[in-house]
Amino acid sequence: MSYSKTSIWQPMSSEVASLSIWGAFARQFMRHCKSLVGSPADAINPLLFFFMVVTLFPLGLGPDPQRLAGMAPGILWVVALLSSLMVSAKLFASDYEDGSLEQLAMAPYPLAVLVMGEVAAHWIATGVLLALVSPVFATMLGLSSAALPTLVASLMLGTLSLTLIGAVGSALTVSIRRGGLLLSLLIIPLNVPVLIFGTTAVSEAVIDGNTVSWLALLGGLALGSLALLPLAIGAALRVSLDN
Amino acid sequence: MQLLAANQVAIERGERRLLAGVDLSVSSGDIWQLVGANGVGKTSLLRAVGGLARLGVAGEITRHGTMLYLGHHAALKRNLSALDNLRFHPACDVICSDEDIISALAAVALAGYEDRPIGALSAGQQRRVALARLVLSSASLWLLDEPFTALDVDGCAWLEERIKQHVAAEGAVIFTSHQPSRFGELQQNLDLAAYVV
Repeated sequence: MSYSKTSIWQPMSSEVASLSIWGAFARQFMRHCKSLVGSPADAINPLLFFFMVVTLFPLGLGPDPQRLAGMAPGILWVVALLSSLMVSAKLFASDYEDGSLEQLAMAPYPLAVLVMGEVAAHWIATGVLLALVSPVFATMLGLSSAALPTLVASLMLGTLSLTLIGAVGSALTVSIRRGGLLLSLLIIPLNVPVLIFGTTAVSEAVIDGNTVSWLALLGGLALGSLALLPLAIGAALRVSLDN
Repeated sequence: MQLLAANQVAIERGERRLLAGVDLSVSSGDIWQLVGANGVGKTSLLRAVGGLARLGVAGEITRHGTMLYLGHHAALKRNLSALDNLRFHPACDVICSDEDIISALAAVALAGYEDRPIGALSAGQQRRVALARLVLSSASLWLLDEPFTALDVDGCAWLEERIKQHVAAEGAVIFTSHQPSRFGELQQNLDLAAYVV
């Protein structure tokens, strides 16, 4: 059965214009930040995961520093991708369960802007934190110190894209029970370009090659995601709420 | 003033048609109770009216002014305090000072609980925190889904009083409840049994 429906929303003229859109964005950002401070496990778990995997690689590959250093860019970036995948699965889960998403959707502001407050806080707590801590992990794998700034920069830009892509996947699958596998199938293909650009940037930095163009590609991806994906996240959340 | 007009609304959930041909016009000062057995589609209609359900909803719904929706879930973060939960409420309709929020919490008999994390409150107290929005929000049309559940006798009395004040101040309320005519002459009933397909 096909349904046609018109739905008109007219603001009441007597209503005082309330919060600016940035004010609304800032509130959602603060809400999520405070919530993360209240339960820091959400931010620390990905770091622990990163730490565990990085310590396991030398055990599996043998203690040859040369070989580890050669593989370090790939290892670091794959682990960053997996930890981002792990946290984005839960990004909207609690908001969906406790009814916060319904309320966000009722707010008189674009849903795309409001959820970006939450996504931004999430990126800072996971992506930015991971990028800042990554030199420690890189040193454990014997990555040359000349490549560390590029590693941090590439992870900073790359995790922004990864977080946004993960948020779209999370928004699409939030209403599905055990949507984790579906989420991985949906977003891993989209994450592949980020992985390739990021690994190549770090590898180039090791051999003192051309890092700028790879970082520029990562930056381009991040800006493109930032421009387009909020709309997709908002639309996906509305669909998920609609059942 | 008319706040909501629903014209020939039909609702479908999954593969099943729930309701068809619902007409509802809500003006300032109205209290509407949606009546019907479990599963008849009261919550679905309320969500359609609020714009939360769009797929599977046919007909024309015109909304004037702002709305407040209070569903089964309280939209409170367990690790945030009652004050922070209201201050950063996702509906973005609580725009007032901390003093106002604290006095609103006092109005729902939660004075002194401002800084307590929501997770440390009982179910009824959490419900009261959610209801504190009814004091703070400037929305004109309230959509309340089973607002009286988990409330004690005093809480119910407070909520009834608050709803009466709201409609006296040119607001309007649509609510669902299994208890008939709480508001006697003041309320109108929409019996959904008449629209079941």
